Amino acid sequence: MPKSKEKKKEQKGAVKERKKKVIGALQDFGNKIYGQITSGEFPSVKMPSRSINNIYYDQKLRQYILGTRSVKRSSRNVRHIKPLTQLSWTGMFVDELTRQRKTSTLRDVFYSAQAYEMSFVDQQESDNLITDLETIIGFAREDFSVFPEERSAIFGDLTIEYTLPGYEGKKLNLASHPDGMMIGPALTSSEFVGCKADKVIAIEKGGLFTRFIEERVHTKHKALLIHTAGQAPRATRGFLRRLNQELKLPVYLFTDGDPWGMHIAMVIISGSANAAHLRDLNTPDAKWFGVWATDIVDYKLPSDKLTELDVKRLYELKKDPRYKGKLWNREIDTFIKIKKKAEQEAFSKYGLTYIVDEYLPAKLEMAESE
Amino acid sequence: MAEEFKEMSPSDFFYRNRDIAGFTNPSRAIYSTIRELIENSLDACEIHGILPDIYIRISAETEETPDPAIYRVRVEDNGSGLPSEVIPSAFGQVLFGSKYKLRQTRGTFGLGVKMAVLYGQITTHGQSRILSSTGTSKMYEYTLMMDIQKNRPIVVKHKVHSNKAKWHGTIVEFTTEADYTRAMAKILDYLKQTAIVVPYANLTFVDPRGRFYKFDRATTLMPKPPTETLPHPHGIDIETFKRMIDSTSSRTMKDFMKRHFQRVGEAIARRFLEFSGISPKKNPRKLAQEELVKLVNAIKNYDGFLSPDAGCLSPLGDELLRTGIKKELAPEFMSVYQRKPAAYSGFPFIVEVGVAYGGDILKTDGILLYRFANRIPLLFDEASDISYKVTNETMNWRHYKVLPDTPIAVFVHICSLKIPYKTVGKEFIADRPEVEHEVLNAMREVARHLALFLSKKHHMEREKKRLDVFLKYLPKIAFFSAKLAKKEKVPDVKRLLRSVAKYAEEQGEEEGTEGSG
Repeated sequence: MPKSKEKKKEQKGAVKERKKKVIGALQDFGNKIYGQITSGEFPSVKMPSRSINNIYYDQKLRQYILGTRSVKRSSRNVRHIKPLTQLSWTGMFVDELTRQRKTSTLRDVFYSAQAYEMSFVDQQESDNLITDLETIIGFAREDFSVFPEERSAIFGDLTIEYTLPGYEGKKLNLASHPDGMMIGPALTSSEFVGCKADKVIAIEKGGLFTRFIEERVHTKHKALLIHTAGQAPRATRGFLRRLNQELKLPVYLFTDGDPWGMHIAMVIISGSANAAHLRDLNTPDAKWFGVWATDIVDYKLPSDKLTELDVKRLYELKKDPRYKGKLWNREIDTFIKIKKKAEQEAFSKYGLTYIVDEYLPAKLEMAESE
Repeated sequence: MAEEFKEMSPSDFFYRNRDIAGFTNPSRAIYSTIRELIENSLDACEIHGILPDIYIRISAETEETPDPAIYRVRVEDNGSGLPSEVIPSAFGQVLFGSKYKLRQTRGTFGLGVKMAVLYGQITTHGQSRILSSTGTSKMYEYTLMMDIQKNRPIVVKHKVHSNKAKWHGTIVEFTTEADYTRAMAKILDYLKQTAIVVPYANLTFVDPRGRFYKFDRATTLMPKPPTETLPHPHGIDIETFKRMIDSTSSRTMKDFMKRHFQRVGEAIARRFLEFSGISPKKNPRKLAQEELVKLVNAIKNYDGFLSPDAGCLSPLGDELLRTGIKKELAPEFMSVYQRKPAAYSGFPFIVEVGVAYGGDILKTDGILLYRFANRIPLLFDEASDISYKVTNETMNWRHYKVLPDTPIAVFVHICSLKIPYKTVGKEFIADRPEVEHEVLNAMREVARHLALFLSKKHHMEREKKRLDVFLKYLPKIAFFSAKLAKKEKVPDVKRLLRSVAKYAEEQGEEEGTEGSG
């Protein structure tokens, strides 16, 4: 992967740069409210509406975005004042976290608020507030150090340098632990300093991720392996995008052969409606290479019948603007036609290594030749 | 029938029928005894415009005997007192009325007191001691027994004391069998409710356990005393009519009608007699039995009489009712209303209703109902009373913003020359449509005022809550924003708070003037 020295330098400061921007955005938010109060106005915030009728698919960005409708939260309104208080508290809370380079979970946020006598009714309420804050400052919560519980993993020849306090400057090669490394705040806040891989393969299932490591796919195919653990967490989606954008690595997605697996791939590619207020979480150039419906036919894979729910989901996806491409149409139609689905593990019918020895090379060849 | 009654003296009759007069058992008997004595005393004061000071004492005659036991009852009042010669018959002889004028009083001919004395004598074989003076220089003391079969007082002792202080009043003392333990709650309730309806009285009660209860006078204002009036023709039955004829000095029917009935003058008497077919010149004493029946029937059917005169009645009036309610319940809000006089069967009556909210009125499942008739609290058989029916069945309280747990009390006072009690026990008022109509309309009137108050109150509470929300959160927002903006000084939210508070204050001022009205 050839790279000029200059570019590398620029790339190295990316994480720090972003942190600065996040802190700046939080301070702007504080300044705005502060200014409103000092000029005798009831503090209020305006943000794009996240209601379903304000979410549009942007063909150019290849992701969902929010439309022009906005909502105003004003402390003049007795029903808004508590959420606005919670919002400004959340801002203060994550500002401290981010400055101190600490992280917290959504659950922590829920509990921490109780110290200020403005407890959230439930986790849902505090999660919503976090999303509001994301909408207002335009950064994902992972950027201001709030993470969900679920974690996914990475394995491969990528060397990172920590920026986390206490670890600053420490380097680590992500191939050093055979179970893979957890994609957590320490990893996502690290800079990339060296990479010998030339592609990324994201895998839905943990069993297969382990198989790929055992079968040394990372060396055979010079690949970084990522375990999405089902629907990829946003931190992982952001990380995939960085690998793609900063290191220019192509990203291949390997999921179960059913509408749900297909959608795991799609969310990585085009983002989710829930994150329509955010940018930089999708990897538009990532490719889904299986398991396709046509693979079930071509490889004569052991399969299950589609359930009613599966079929219903397929028809929903057919209408989804993200599924407009040729490949997607073909695969959805095939699923509907054959009424079958197959898991990634189905290839074991041909022996445990078949998937690595035969299927993967074939798919990669096909993808690279496109 | 009449012949059989003659063989039994009135006191004998009441003795045998004491159940219906409220002397069913030792617990009910002590309650009725106290009640009758207090009512007698109040009447003795009010008729003469004296502010009542009444002292009641019940003491155990024997120590530590389980109830029912023998108790000594003593009631002192500062009423007009009785002339010496009437004392024996007033307490020792049951009399049917011999007077044909009517007046709004609590008791009827002092019958209740005689029942109380009679019951005491029967259960304890004791004597009653009466001390009374009308404010002359002499005081009379009698020790009496009652000859039940002959219906005659037996004077055991008679003493005359000098009365230098010109004290007037009556002291009654006798022993009686009672179950005070069971009656206590009702007696205290009775006193409390009497204090509401007679707020100008001082009531002092010392109970057998030595506990002292005092209900202080809250005003010196007294209602205008009731005046005596002639009966209205529609209120007369054949028996009364006969007696009136027996004792009249009139020599013609026209004169008889004019002299013994209210609002009957020359023209009405003439027209009525014409209607009845009895000659105006007929001597009333010479009426034959058939003529008598004909005449009484004609009275019932004649609609040319003027409606009964309510001028003789003595309602409490708005101010006294307010004072009474305030004194005993200290409510947050109250409204009272007096209806215009109405009449049933020839008897005028006036309904007064009050409603009170909050204060000492506790939250209960239902509405607290206080019933009064001629200034007597009615404590028993609530569910059979017309006011209960109106309060709990007819009224749609929800319409007046009253919810099941809203702490309200309703007061209904009916005054009349004759309260339409359903039973001799004088505990509840019959379903007279005329009375029901008046009670309902009065209740609706006060309920409307209550509804206004409650909706204002709810509004105020909402405003207060709203203001509290701003008070709670605005300073927090200010603090968080200062932290977030990295400013040293937390911005001042006073200006913002003032602007939200302004609206609530305006509301508050308006409320203040309204509430005292």
